[in-house]
Amino acid sequence: MKCSGNAHVYGDNIDTDRIIPGKYTKTLDLQSLADHVLEDLDPDFRTRFTVGDVLVGGDNFGCGSSREQAPVALKVVGISVVIARYFARIFFRNAINIGLPVLEVPDHDIQPSDVLTVDMARGEVLNQTQQKTYRATQMPDIMLAILAEGGLVPYLKKHGDYRATLR
Amino acid sequence: MNLTVAEKILYAHVGKLTRAGDIAITPVDGAMATDTTAPMAIKAFGEMGGTRLWDAERFHLVLDHAAPAPNERVANLHKLMRDFAREQGCALYEIGQGICHQIMVEQGHVRPGHVFIGADSHTSTYGALNAMACGVGSTDLAAVMLTGKIWLKVPHTIRIDCRGQLPDGVSPKDLVLYLTGQLGISGATYMAVEFDGEAFESMTLAGRMAVANLLAEMGAKTGFVTPVGLHIPHAWAAAGWEGTFADPDANYVKTLTVDVSKLRPQVAAPESPDNVVDIDRHLGTKIDYAFIGTCGNGRLEDLRAAAAVLNGQHIAPGVRFVIAPASKQTLLDAIQDGTAYALIQAGATIINPGCGPCVGTHEGVPADGEVVISSANRNFRGRMGNPRSQIFLASPATVAASALTGEITHAGNL
Repeated sequence: MKCSGNAHVYGDNIDTDRIIPGKYTKTLDLQSLADHVLEDLDPDFRTRFTVGDVLVGGDNFGCGSSREQAPVALKVVGISVVIARYFARIFFRNAINIGLPVLEVPDHDIQPSDVLTVDMARGEVLNQTQQKTYRATQMPDIMLAILAEGGLVPYLKKHGDYRATLR
Repeated sequence: MNLTVAEKILYAHVGKLTRAGDIAITPVDGAMATDTTAPMAIKAFGEMGGTRLWDAERFHLVLDHAAPAPNERVANLHKLMRDFAREQGCALYEIGQGICHQIMVEQGHVRPGHVFIGADSHTSTYGALNAMACGVGSTDLAAVMLTGKIWLKVPHTIRIDCRGQLPDGVSPKDLVLYLTGQLGISGATYMAVEFDGEAFESMTLAGRMAVANLLAEMGAKTGFVTPVGLHIPHAWAAAGWEGTFADPDANYVKTLTVDVSKLRPQVAAPESPDNVVDIDRHLGTKIDYAFIGTCGNGRLEDLRAAAAVLNGQHIAPGVRFVIAPASKQTLLDAIQDGTAYALIQAGATIINPGCGPCVGTHEGVPADGEVVISSANRNFRGRMGNPRSQIFLASPATVAASALTGEITHAGNL
Protein backbone atom coordinates (compact mmCIF):
# COMPACT_ATOMS: atom_id res chain seq x y z
CA MET A 1 0.00 0.00 0.00
CA LYS A 2 1.23 3.48 -0.93
CA CYS A 3 -0.28 6.78 0.11
CA SER A 4 0.57 10.47 -0.01
CA GLY A 5 -0.58 13.38 2.09
CA ASN A 6 0.29 16.38 4.20
CA ALA A 7 1.78 15.83 7.64
CA HIS A 8 -0.04 16.98 10.78
CA VAL A 9 2.68 16.91 13.42
CA TYR A 10 2.22 16.70 17.20
CA GLY A 11 4.63 16.11 20.08
CA ASP A 12 5.44 13.32 22.51
CA ASN A 13 3.00 11.37 24.73
CA ILE A 14 -0.21 12.16 22.86
CA ASP A 15 -2.69 10.29 25.05
CA THR A 16 -5.90 8.64 23.90
CA ASP A 17 -8.01 11.10 25.95
CA ARG A 18 -6.67 13.78 23.61
CA ILE A 19 -7.28 11.67 20.51
CA ILE A 20 -10.90 11.03 21.48
CA PRO A 21 -12.28 12.23 24.86
CA GLY A 22 -13.92 9.56 27.02
CA LYS A 23 -17.30 11.27 26.89
CA TYR A 24 -17.68 10.40 23.19
CA THR A 25 -16.50 6.79 23.32
CA LYS A 26 -19.70 5.07 24.41
CA THR A 27 -21.16 4.42 20.97
CA LEU A 28 -21.23 1.91 18.16
CA ASP A 29 -21.85 4.72 15.65
CA LEU A 30 -18.17 4.81 14.82
CA GLN A 31 -18.52 7.50 12.18
CA SER A 32 -19.63 9.90 14.96
CA LEU A 33 -16.13 9.69 16.46
CA ALA A 34 -14.80 11.67 13.48
CA ASP A 35 -16.64 14.78 14.74
CA HIS A 36 -14.55 14.92 17.91
CA VAL A 37 -11.18 13.52 16.91
CA LEU A 38 -8.26 15.45 18.48
CA GLU A 39 -10.62 18.20 19.68
CA ASP A 40 -8.89 18.78 23.04
CA LEU A 41 -5.44 18.67 21.41
CA ASP A 42 -6.00 20.78 18.31
CA PRO A 43 -9.45 22.35 17.95
CA ASP A 44 -8.62 23.53 14.38
CA PHE A 45 -7.52 20.12 13.14
CA ARG A 46 -10.70 19.46 11.15
CA THR A 47 -10.41 22.75 9.21
CA ARG A 48 -6.85 22.01 8.03
CA PHE A 49 -7.32 18.31 7.39
CA THR A 50 -7.83 16.64 4.02
CA VAL A 51 -8.76 12.98 3.70
CA GLY A 52 -5.59 10.94 3.13
CA ASP A 53 -3.35 13.17 5.26
CA VAL A 54 -0.74 11.66 7.56
CA LEU A 55 -0.71 12.05 11.36
CA VAL A 56 2.77 12.30 12.88
CA GLY A 57 3.70 11.98 16.54
CA GLY A 58 6.87 11.82 18.59
CA ASP A 59 7.55 9.31 21.38
CA ASN A 60 4.87 7.14 23.02
CA PHE A 61 1.98 8.06 20.72
CA GLY A 62 -1.39 6.85 22.00
CA CYS A 63 -0.56 6.36 25.69
CA GLY A 64 -3.23 6.04 28.38
CA SER A 65 -6.64 4.47 28.02
CA SER A 66 -7.08 1.23 26.07
CA ARG A 67 -10.00 2.72 24.13
CA GLU A 68 -9.93 1.33 20.60
CA GLN A 69 -12.13 4.28 19.71
CA ALA A 70 -8.88 6.30 19.43
CA PRO A 71 -7.44 4.59 16.33
CA VAL A 72 -10.99 4.11 15.01
CA ALA A 73 -11.57 7.89 15.23
CA LEU A 74 -8.36 8.52 13.25
CA LYS A 75 -9.38 5.93 10.68
CA VAL A 76 -12.97 7.12 10.16
CA VAL A 77 -11.92 10.77 9.81
CA GLY A 78 -9.69 9.66 6.93
CA ILE A 79 -6.10 9.61 8.26
CA SER A 80 -4.20 7.34 5.86
CA VAL A 81 -1.34 6.38 8.18
CA VAL A 82 0.04 7.33 11.60
CA ILE A 83 3.80 7.74 12.00
CA ALA A 84 5.50 8.03 15.41
CA ARG A 85 8.98 7.55 16.85
CA TYR A 86 7.28 4.80 18.84
CA PHE A 87 3.76 3.92 19.97
CA ALA A 88 2.24 3.09 23.33
CA ARG A 89 1.63 -0.65 23.31
CA ILE A 90 -2.17 -0.89 23.42
CA PHE A 91 -2.63 1.82 20.78
CA PHE A 92 -0.12 0.05 18.54
CA ARG A 93 -2.01 -3.25 18.78
CA ASN A 94 -5.40 -1.60 18.42
CA ALA A 95 -4.37 0.28 15.27
CA ILE A 96 -3.12 -2.89 13.58
CA ASN A 97 -6.18 -4.82 14.76
CA ILE A 98 -8.62 -2.37 13.17
CA GLY A 99 -6.51 -2.05 10.01
CA LEU A 100 -5.21 1.50 10.55
CA PRO A 101 -1.70 1.57 9.07
CA VAL A 102 0.93 2.71 11.57
CA LEU A 103 4.67 3.00 11.16
CA GLU A 104 7.32 3.33 13.83
CA VAL A 105 9.99 5.69 12.47
CA PRO A 106 12.50 6.32 15.27
CA ASP A 107 14.57 9.05 13.59
CA HIS A 108 12.05 11.17 11.73
CA ASP A 109 12.26 14.98 11.69
CA ILE A 110 8.98 15.58 9.88
CA GLN A 111 7.70 19.15 10.08
CA PRO A 112 4.10 20.41 9.87
CA SER A 113 2.81 20.47 6.28
CA ASP A 114 5.66 18.37 4.90
CA VAL A 115 4.33 16.27 2.04
CA LEU A 116 4.91 12.56 2.64
CA THR A 117 4.64 9.46 0.52
CA VAL A 118 4.40 6.30 2.60
CA ASP A 119 5.19 2.85 1.22
CA MET A 120 3.81 0.43 3.82
CA ALA A 121 5.12 -2.70 2.10
CA ARG A 122 8.70 -1.41 2.02
CA GLY A 123 8.43 0.36 5.37
CA GLU A 124 9.63 3.61 3.84
CA VAL A 125 8.55 7.20 4.21
CA LEU A 126 9.60 9.70 1.54
CA ASN A 127 9.53 13.29 2.76
CA GLN A 128 9.02 15.13 -0.52
CA THR A 129 9.36 18.57 1.08
CA GLN A 130 12.72 17.83 2.70
CA GLN A 131 13.81 15.40 -0.04
CA LYS A 132 14.75 12.58 2.30
CA THR A 133 13.69 9.04 3.10
CA TYR A 134 13.13 7.43 6.52
CA ARG A 135 13.11 3.71 7.29
CA ALA A 136 10.48 2.26 9.58
CA THR A 137 11.21 -0.36 12.25
CA GLN A 138 10.30 -3.89 11.14
CA MET A 139 7.11 -5.09 12.85
CA PRO A 140 6.79 -8.66 14.20
CA ASP A 141 5.52 -11.11 11.56
CA ILE A 142 2.25 -11.57 13.37
CA MET A 143 1.45 -7.86 13.15
CA LEU A 144 2.36 -7.79 9.46
CA ALA A 145 0.14 -10.82 8.87
CA ILE A 146 -2.80 -9.20 10.69
CA LEU A 147 -2.32 -5.89 8.85
CA ALA A 148 -2.01 -7.70 5.52
CA GLU A 149 -5.50 -9.18 6.06
CA GLY A 150 -6.88 -5.73 6.87
CA GLY A 151 -7.06 -6.24 10.63
CA LEU A 152 -7.69 -8.89 13.27
CA VAL A 153 -11.38 -9.37 12.36
CA PRO A 154 -10.70 -10.43 8.74
CA TYR A 155 -7.60 -12.35 9.90
CA LEU A 156 -9.57 -14.50 12.34
CA LYS A 157 -12.56 -14.77 10.05
CA LYS A 158 -10.23 -16.31 7.51
CA HIS A 159 -7.99 -18.44 9.75
CA GLY A 160 -10.28 -19.12 12.75
CA ASP A 161 -7.27 -19.04 15.11
CA TYR A 162 -3.78 -17.59 15.39
CA ARG A 163 -1.43 -19.32 13.01
CA ALA A 164 1.50 -20.90 14.80
CA THR A 165 4.23 -20.08 12.26
CA LEU A 166 4.95 -16.73 13.77
CA ARG A 167 8.11 -15.11 14.93
CA MET B 1 17.30 -20.78 34.33
CA ASN B 2 17.63 -16.99 34.86
CA LEU B 3 13.93 -16.36 34.19
CA THR B 4 11.86 -13.33 35.13
CA VAL B 5 8.36 -13.68 36.59
CA ALA B 6 6.79 -12.93 33.20
CA GLU B 7 8.95 -15.55 31.47
CA LYS B 8 8.03 -18.14 34.12
CA ILE B 9 4.29 -17.52 33.97
CA LEU B 10 4.34 -17.67 30.16
CA TYR B 11 6.48 -20.82 30.24
CA ALA B 12 3.86 -22.48 32.44
CA HIS B 13 1.09 -21.47 30.03
CA VAL B 14 2.67 -21.91 26.61
CA GLY B 15 4.41 -25.19 27.46
CA LYS B 16 7.69 -24.15 25.91
CA LEU B 17 10.26 -21.64 26.91
CA THR B 18 10.01 -18.19 25.38
CA ARG B 19 12.38 -15.39 26.31
CA ALA B 20 12.07 -11.61 26.33
CA GLY B 21 11.61 -10.43 22.76
CA ASP B 22 10.02 -13.66 21.48
CA ILE B 23 6.41 -13.83 20.34
CA ALA B 24 4.27 -16.13 22.47
CA ILE B 25 0.75 -17.30 21.75
CA THR B 26 -0.63 -18.11 25.16
CA PRO B 27 -3.90 -19.52 26.49
CA VAL B 28 -5.55 -17.19 28.99
CA ASP B 29 -7.12 -18.06 32.34
CA GLY B 30 -9.69 -15.30 32.24
CA ALA B 31 -10.83 -12.20 30.43
CA MET B 32 -13.18 -9.28 30.98
CA ALA B 33 -14.56 -6.17 29.32
CA THR B 34 -16.45 -3.08 30.45
CA ASP B 35 -19.19 -0.91 29.03
CA THR B 36 -16.53 1.21 27.28
CA THR B 37 -14.91 -1.72 25.49
CA ALA B 38 -17.37 -4.64 25.45
CA PRO B 39 -19.85 -3.31 22.85
CA MET B 40 -17.13 -3.04 20.18
CA ALA B 41 -15.69 -6.39 21.29
CA ILE B 42 -19.06 -8.12 21.01
CA LYS B 43 -19.50 -6.64 17.53
CA ALA B 44 -16.01 -7.74 16.45
CA PHE B 45 -16.59 -11.22 17.95
CA GLY B 46 -19.65 -11.62 15.72
CA GLU B 47 -17.81 -10.30 12.67
CA MET B 48 -15.02 -12.83 13.29
CA GLY B 49 -17.65 -15.54 12.96
CA GLY B 50 -17.88 -16.12 16.70
CA THR B 51 -21.06 -17.75 17.97
CA ARG B 52 -20.05 -19.19 21.36
CA LEU B 53 -17.48 -17.88 23.84
CA TRP B 54 -14.42 -20.09 24.17
CA ASP B 55 -15.36 -20.56 27.85
CA ALA B 56 -18.31 -18.71 29.38
CA GLU B 57 -17.06 -19.48 32.92
CA ARG B 58 -13.89 -17.50 32.30
CA PHE B 59 -15.39 -14.43 30.67
CA HIS B 60 -16.91 -11.54 32.63
CA LEU B 61 -18.70 -8.34 31.67
CA VAL B 62 -18.90 -5.31 33.97
CA LEU B 63 -21.11 -2.21 33.79
CA ASP B 64 -18.91 0.35 35.52
CA HIS B 65 -17.65 3.16 33.27
CA ALA B 66 -20.98 4.89 32.73
CA ALA B 67 -23.39 3.11 35.03
CA PRO B 68 -26.25 3.66 35.67
CA ALA B 69 -26.61 4.83 32.08
CA PRO B 70 -26.47 8.63 31.76
CA ASN B 71 -28.31 8.72 28.41
CA GLU B 72 -30.22 6.54 25.94
CA ARG B 73 -27.12 5.75 23.87
CA VAL B 74 -25.32 4.18 26.83
CA ALA B 75 -28.54 2.52 28.01
CA ASN B 76 -28.73 0.69 24.69
CA LEU B 77 -25.09 -0.41 24.94
CA HIS B 78 -25.80 -1.77 28.43
CA LYS B 79 -28.77 -3.65 27.01
CA LEU B 80 -26.59 -5.11 24.28
CA MET B 81 -24.18 -6.39 26.97
CA ARG B 82 -26.99 -7.83 29.11
CA ASP B 83 -28.46 -9.62 26.09
CA PHE B 84 -25.05 -11.03 25.15
CA ALA B 85 -24.40 -12.29 28.70
CA ARG B 86 -27.81 -13.97 28.86
CA GLU B 87 -27.33 -15.61 25.47
CA GLN B 88 -23.78 -16.82 26.25
CA GLY B 89 -24.23 -17.65 29.92
CA CYS B 90 -21.30 -15.53 31.08
CA ALA B 91 -21.27 -13.36 34.19
CA LEU B 92 -22.44 -9.75 33.92
CA TYR B 93 -21.85 -7.48 36.89
CA GLU B 94 -24.70 -5.01 37.01
CA ILE B 95 -24.66 -1.30 37.80
CA GLY B 96 -23.60 -0.64 41.36
CA GLN B 97 -21.51 -3.81 41.74
CA GLY B 98 -18.35 -1.78 41.32
CA ILE B 99 -15.26 -1.32 39.20
CA CYS B 100 -14.21 -4.24 37.02
CA HIS B 101 -10.73 -4.58 38.58
CA GLN B 102 -12.05 -4.61 42.14
CA ILE B 103 -14.69 -7.17 41.20
CA MET B 104 -12.25 -9.51 39.39
CA VAL B 105 -10.12 -9.66 42.56
CA GLU B 106 -12.97 -9.80 45.11
CA GLN B 107 -14.74 -12.57 43.20
CA GLY B 108 -11.57 -14.59 42.70
CA HIS B 109 -11.81 -14.52 38.90
CA VAL B 110 -8.11 -13.72 38.76
CA ARG B 111 -5.61 -15.65 40.85
CA PRO B 112 -1.86 -15.80 41.37
CA GLY B 113 -0.01 -17.18 38.37
CA HIS B 114 -2.86 -16.52 35.94
CA VAL B 115 -2.57 -14.95 32.53
CA PHE B 116 -5.53 -12.57 32.48
CA ILE B 117 -6.57 -10.25 29.66
CA GLY B 118 -8.81 -7.25 30.26
CA ALA B 119 -10.16 -4.73 27.82
CA ASP B 120 -9.12 -1.88 30.08
CA SER B 121 -5.68 -0.36 30.46
CA HIS B 122 -5.67 -0.73 34.26
CA THR B 123 -5.93 -4.52 34.05
CA SER B 124 -2.31 -4.38 35.24
CA THR B 125 -3.83 -3.97 38.74
CA TYR B 126 -3.89 -7.78 39.16
CA GLY B 127 -0.11 -7.70 39.34
CA ALA B 128 -0.91 -7.19 43.03
CA LEU B 129 -1.87 -10.89 43.03
CA ASN B 130 1.29 -12.00 41.24
CA ALA B 131 -0.74 -12.65 38.08
CA MET B 132 0.31 -11.66 34.56
CA ALA B 133 -2.46 -9.26 33.57
CA CYS B 134 -2.44 -7.17 30.42
CA GLY B 135 -4.78 -4.49 29.15
CA VAL B 136 -5.89 -4.63 25.51
CA GLY B 137 -8.44 -2.99 23.24
CA SER B 138 -11.77 -4.35 22.03
CA THR B 139 -10.65 -6.36 18.99
CA ASP B 140 -7.84 -8.17 20.83
CA LEU B 141 -10.42 -9.00 23.48
CA ALA B 142 -12.82 -10.29 20.81
CA ALA B 143 -10.05 -12.62 19.64
CA VAL B 144 -9.70 -13.94 23.21
CA MET B 145 -13.49 -14.46 23.36
CA LEU B 146 -13.20 -16.54 20.18
CA THR B 147 -9.96 -18.47 20.70
CA GLY B 148 -9.14 -18.30 24.42
CA LYS B 149 -5.69 -17.12 23.39
CA ILE B 150 -3.65 -14.00 22.84
CA TRP B 151 -0.34 -13.27 21.17
CA LEU B 152 2.17 -11.33 23.26
CA LYS B 153 5.71 -10.22 22.79
CA VAL B 154 7.44 -11.63 25.87
CA PRO B 155 8.36 -8.49 27.81
CA HIS B 156 11.73 -7.38 29.03
CA THR B 157 11.61 -6.57 32.75
CA ILE B 158 12.55 -3.64 34.98
CA ARG B 159 13.10 -4.48 38.65
CA ILE B 160 12.25 -1.91 41.32
CA ASP B 161 13.68 -2.65 44.75
CA CYS B 162 12.23 -0.49 47.53
CA ARG B 163 14.19 -0.62 50.77
CA GLY B 164 12.92 0.51 54.16
CA GLN B 165 9.39 1.21 55.35
CA LEU B 166 7.12 4.03 54.25
CA PRO B 167 6.93 6.76 56.92
CA ASP B 168 3.63 7.34 58.76
CA GLY B 169 1.21 9.27 56.58
CA VAL B 170 2.90 8.18 53.34
CA SER B 171 0.83 5.64 51.43
CA PRO B 172 1.42 3.11 48.65
CA LYS B 173 -0.14 5.70 46.28
CA ASP B 174 2.55 8.21 47.21
CA LEU B 175 5.20 5.59 46.55
CA VAL B 176 3.85 4.59 43.16
CA LEU B 177 3.35 8.21 42.11
CA TYR B 178 7.00 8.78 43.03
CA LEU B 179 8.08 5.74 41.01
CA THR B 180 5.98 6.87 38.03
CA GLY B 181 7.71 10.23 38.18
CA GLN B 182 11.09 8.51 38.27
CA LEU B 183 10.41 6.13 35.38
CA GLY B 184 8.29 8.53 33.31
CA ILE B 185 5.12 7.90 31.35
CA SER B 186 6.92 5.75 28.80
CA GLY B 187 9.64 4.46 31.12
CA ALA B 188 8.38 0.88 31.02
CA THR B 189 6.74 0.83 27.57
CA TYR B 190 6.32 -2.76 26.31
CA MET B 191 7.98 -4.04 29.51
CA ALA B 192 7.09 -5.80 32.74
CA VAL B 193 7.97 -4.35 36.15
CA GLU B 194 8.78 -6.41 39.25
CA PHE B 195 8.24 -4.61 42.57
CA ASP B 196 10.42 -6.10 45.30
CA GLY B 197 11.67 -5.14 48.72
CA GLU B 198 10.50 -4.54 52.28
CA ALA B 199 8.25 -1.63 51.37
CA PHE B 200 6.03 -3.95 49.30
CA GLU B 201 6.33 -6.98 51.57
CA SER B 202 4.44 -5.19 54.35
CA MET B 203 1.66 -3.81 52.10
CA THR B 204 -1.98 -4.84 52.26
CA LEU B 205 -3.64 -6.22 49.15
CA ALA B 206 -5.33 -2.82 48.65
CA GLY B 207 -1.94 -1.08 48.75
CA ARG B 208 -0.49 -3.57 46.29
CA MET B 209 -3.41 -2.95 43.94
CA ALA B 210 -2.83 0.82 44.14
CA VAL B 211 0.80 0.18 43.13
CA ALA B 212 0.10 -2.21 40.24
CA ASN B 213 -2.69 0.07 39.00
CA LEU B 214 -0.18 2.73 37.96
CA LEU B 215 1.82 0.31 35.79
CA ALA B 216 -0.41 1.61 33.01
CA GLU B 217 0.94 5.12 33.61
CA MET B 218 4.51 3.83 33.19
CA GLY B 219 3.57 2.35 29.81
CA ALA B 220 4.10 -1.20 31.10
CA LYS B 221 2.57 -4.31 29.58
CA THR B 222 2.24 -5.93 32.99
CA GLY B 223 3.91 -6.12 36.38
CA PHE B 224 4.20 -8.08 39.57
CA VAL B 225 4.28 -7.06 43.20
CA THR B 226 6.36 -9.53 45.22
CA PRO B 227 4.24 -12.36 46.63
CA VAL B 228 6.10 -12.07 49.94
CA GLY B 229 3.60 -11.01 52.59
CA LEU B 230 0.59 -11.27 50.27
CA HIS B 231 -2.52 -12.32 52.14
CA ILE B 232 -4.99 -13.85 49.75
CA PRO B 233 -8.55 -13.00 50.76
CA HIS B 234 -10.17 -16.20 49.56
CA ALA B 235 -10.44 -19.85 50.40
CA TRP B 236 -8.32 -20.62 47.34
CA ALA B 237 -5.25 -19.48 49.21
CA ALA B 238 -5.39 -22.81 51.03
CA ALA B 239 -4.85 -24.70 47.77
CA GLY B 240 -1.08 -24.57 48.29
CA TRP B 241 0.08 -21.41 46.62
CA GLU B 242 3.78 -20.58 46.61
CA GLY B 243 3.98 -17.53 44.40
CA THR B 244 6.08 -16.99 41.29
CA PHE B 245 9.53 -15.59 41.98
CA ALA B 246 12.14 -14.53 39.46
CA ASP B 247 15.35 -16.56 39.42
CA PRO B 248 18.21 -14.87 41.30
CA ASP B 249 20.12 -14.47 38.04
CA ALA B 250 17.14 -13.27 35.95
CA ASN B 251 17.91 -10.75 33.24
CA TYR B 252 16.68 -7.23 33.87
CA VAL B 253 17.01 -4.29 31.51
CA LYS B 254 17.26 -2.02 34.52
CA THR B 255 17.10 -2.12 38.32
CA LEU B 256 15.95 0.87 40.31
CA THR B 257 16.81 0.86 44.01
CA VAL B 258 14.94 3.32 46.22
CA ASP B 259 15.13 4.02 49.95
CA VAL B 260 11.52 4.87 50.78
CA SER B 261 12.01 5.71 54.45
CA LYS B 262 12.23 9.48 53.86
CA LEU B 263 9.55 9.73 51.15
CA ARG B 264 7.15 12.70 51.39
CA PRO B 265 3.55 12.64 50.15
CA GLN B 266 3.55 13.13 46.38
CA VAL B 267 1.30 14.89 43.86
CA ALA B 268 1.12 14.55 40.09
CA ALA B 269 0.43 17.99 38.65
CA PRO B 270 -1.53 18.59 35.42
CA GLU B 271 -1.50 17.25 32.71
CA SER B 272 0.41 14.00 33.07
CA PRO B 273 0.57 11.33 35.77
CA ASP B 274 4.39 11.37 35.62
CA ASN B 275 4.54 15.09 36.42
CA VAL B 276 5.22 14.12 40.04
CA VAL B 277 6.77 16.23 42.81
CA ASP B 278 6.83 16.34 46.61
CA ILE B 279 3.58 17.80 47.92
CA ASP B 280 5.51 20.78 49.30
CA ARG B 281 5.78 22.28 45.79
CA HIS B 282 2.01 22.68 45.52
CA LEU B 283 0.94 23.31 49.12
CA GLY B 284 -1.64 26.09 49.20
CA THR B 285 -2.92 25.64 45.64
CA LYS B 286 -6.68 26.33 45.80
CA ILE B 287 -8.98 23.45 44.89
CA ASP B 288 -12.67 23.39 43.99
CA TYR B 289 -13.34 19.69 43.91
CA ALA B 290 -11.92 16.65 45.70
CA PHE B 291 -12.53 13.12 44.46
CA ILE B 292 -11.76 9.75 46.03
CA GLY B 293 -12.47 6.60 44.07
CA THR B 294 -11.42 4.59 41.00
CA CYS B 295 -9.47 1.39 40.46
CA GLY B 296 -6.49 3.40 41.73
CA ASN B 297 -7.68 4.28 45.23
CA GLY B 298 -11.35 3.74 46.03
CA ARG B 299 -11.00 0.82 48.43
CA LEU B 300 -12.04 0.53 52.08
CA GLU B 301 -8.62 1.48 53.46
CA ASP B 302 -8.66 4.58 51.23
CA LEU B 303 -12.06 5.63 52.58
CA ARG B 304 -10.90 4.96 56.12
CA ALA B 305 -7.77 7.03 55.55
CA ALA B 306 -9.97 9.91 54.38
CA ALA B 307 -12.29 9.61 57.38
CA ALA B 308 -9.31 9.55 59.74
CA VAL B 309 -7.95 12.77 58.23
CA LEU B 310 -11.34 14.51 58.42
CA ASN B 311 -11.65 13.40 62.05
CA GLY B 312 -15.15 14.77 62.58
CA GLN B 313 -14.52 18.14 60.91
CA HIS B 314 -16.49 19.51 57.95
CA ILE B 315 -14.95 20.18 54.52
CA ALA B 316 -14.24 23.78 53.50
CA PRO B 317 -17.11 25.96 52.24
CA GLY B 318 -17.26 26.05 48.45
CA VAL B 319 -15.51 22.69 48.02
CA ARG B 320 -17.24 19.62 46.58
CA PHE B 321 -16.11 16.21 47.81
CA VAL B 322 -17.22 13.19 45.78
CA ILE B 323 -16.51 9.60 46.78
CA ALA B 324 -17.11 6.57 44.55
CA PRO B 325 -16.46 3.29 46.44
CA ALA B 326 -14.59 0.74 44.35
CA SER B 327 -17.29 -1.89 44.81
CA LYS B 328 -20.58 -2.70 46.47
CA GLN B 329 -18.59 -4.66 49.05
CA THR B 330 -16.44 -1.60 49.75
CA LEU B 331 -19.57 0.49 50.26
CA LEU B 332 -21.21 -2.12 52.51
CA ASP B 333 -18.06 -2.40 54.61
CA ALA B 334 -17.80 1.38 54.86
CA ILE B 335 -21.43 1.57 55.98
CA GLN B 336 -20.99 -1.18 58.53
CA ASP B 337 -17.87 0.24 60.18
CA GLY B 338 -19.15 3.83 60.28
CA THR B 339 -16.72 5.19 57.68
CA ALA B 340 -19.50 6.15 55.27
CA TYR B 341 -21.42 7.92 58.04
CA ALA B 342 -18.35 9.94 59.01
CA LEU B 343 -17.58 10.91 55.41
CA ILE B 344 -21.15 12.04 54.68
CA GLN B 345 -21.29 13.97 57.97
CA ALA B 346 -18.08 15.72 56.93
CA GLY B 347 -19.73 16.92 53.70
CA ALA B 348 -18.82 14.19 51.21
CA THR B 349 -21.22 12.99 48.52
CA ILE B 350 -21.03 9.22 48.13
CA ILE B 351 -22.02 8.12 44.65
CA ASN B 352 -22.66 4.60 43.42
CA PRO B 353 -19.77 2.13 43.19
CA GLY B 354 -18.11 2.32 39.76
CA CYS B 355 -15.67 4.47 37.82
CA GLY B 356 -17.61 7.63 38.68
CA PRO B 357 -16.33 10.92 37.26
CA CYS B 358 -12.84 9.57 36.42
CA VAL B 359 -13.70 8.94 32.76
CA GLY B 360 -15.41 12.28 32.16
CA THR B 361 -18.80 10.90 31.26
CA HIS B 362 -21.04 11.75 34.23
CA GLU B 363 -21.37 12.05 38.01
CA GLY B 364 -19.25 15.15 38.55
CA VAL B 365 -17.66 16.89 35.57
CA PRO B 366 -15.57 19.92 36.68
CA ALA B 367 -16.41 23.42 35.40
CA ASP B 368 -14.14 25.72 33.37
CA GLY B 369 -11.14 26.90 35.34
CA GLU B 370 -11.75 24.54 38.25
CA VAL B 371 -9.02 22.61 40.01
CA VAL B 372 -9.59 19.01 41.08
CA ILE B 373 -7.55 16.89 43.48
CA SER B 374 -8.18 13.21 42.90
CA SER B 375 -7.06 9.77 44.06
CA ALA B 376 -7.45 8.48 40.46
CA ASN B 377 -4.65 7.53 38.10
CA ARG B 378 -4.93 9.95 35.15
CA ASN B 379 -4.88 13.73 34.89
CA PHE B 380 -4.62 14.16 31.13
CA ARG B 381 -6.31 17.21 29.63
CA GLY B 382 -10.05 16.64 29.42
CA ARG B 383 -9.87 13.41 31.40
CA MET B 384 -12.80 14.27 33.68
CA GLY B 385 -14.83 15.67 30.80
CA ASN B 386 -13.66 19.30 30.67
CA PRO B 387 -10.40 20.30 28.94
CA ARG B 388 -10.54 23.67 30.73
CA SER B 389 -10.18 22.15 34.20
CA GLN B 390 -7.02 20.89 35.91
CA ILE B 391 -6.44 17.69 37.84
CA PHE B 392 -3.87 16.94 40.54
CA LEU B 393 -3.39 13.29 41.57
CA ALA B 394 -2.60 12.37 45.18
CA SER B 395 -3.24 9.86 47.95
CA PRO B 396 -6.67 9.61 49.62
CA ALA B 397 -5.25 11.24 52.79
CA THR B 398 -3.99 14.22 50.79
CA VAL B 399 -7.30 14.51 48.92
CA ALA B 400 -9.26 14.51 52.19
CA ALA B 401 -6.90 17.03 53.83
CA SER B 402 -7.28 19.30 50.80
CA ALA B 403 -11.09 18.99 50.91
CA LEU B 404 -10.93 20.10 54.53
CA THR B 405 -8.94 23.28 53.88
CA GLY B 406 -9.84 24.10 50.26
CA GLU B 407 -6.21 24.02 49.18
CA ILE B 408 -3.61 21.33 48.60
CA THR B 409 -2.68 20.25 52.10
CA HIS B 410 -0.33 17.76 53.73
CA ALA B 411 -2.51 15.70 56.09
CA GLY B 412 0.37 15.66 58.56
CA ASN B 413 0.17 19.46 58.88
CA LEU B 414 -3.44 19.52 60.02
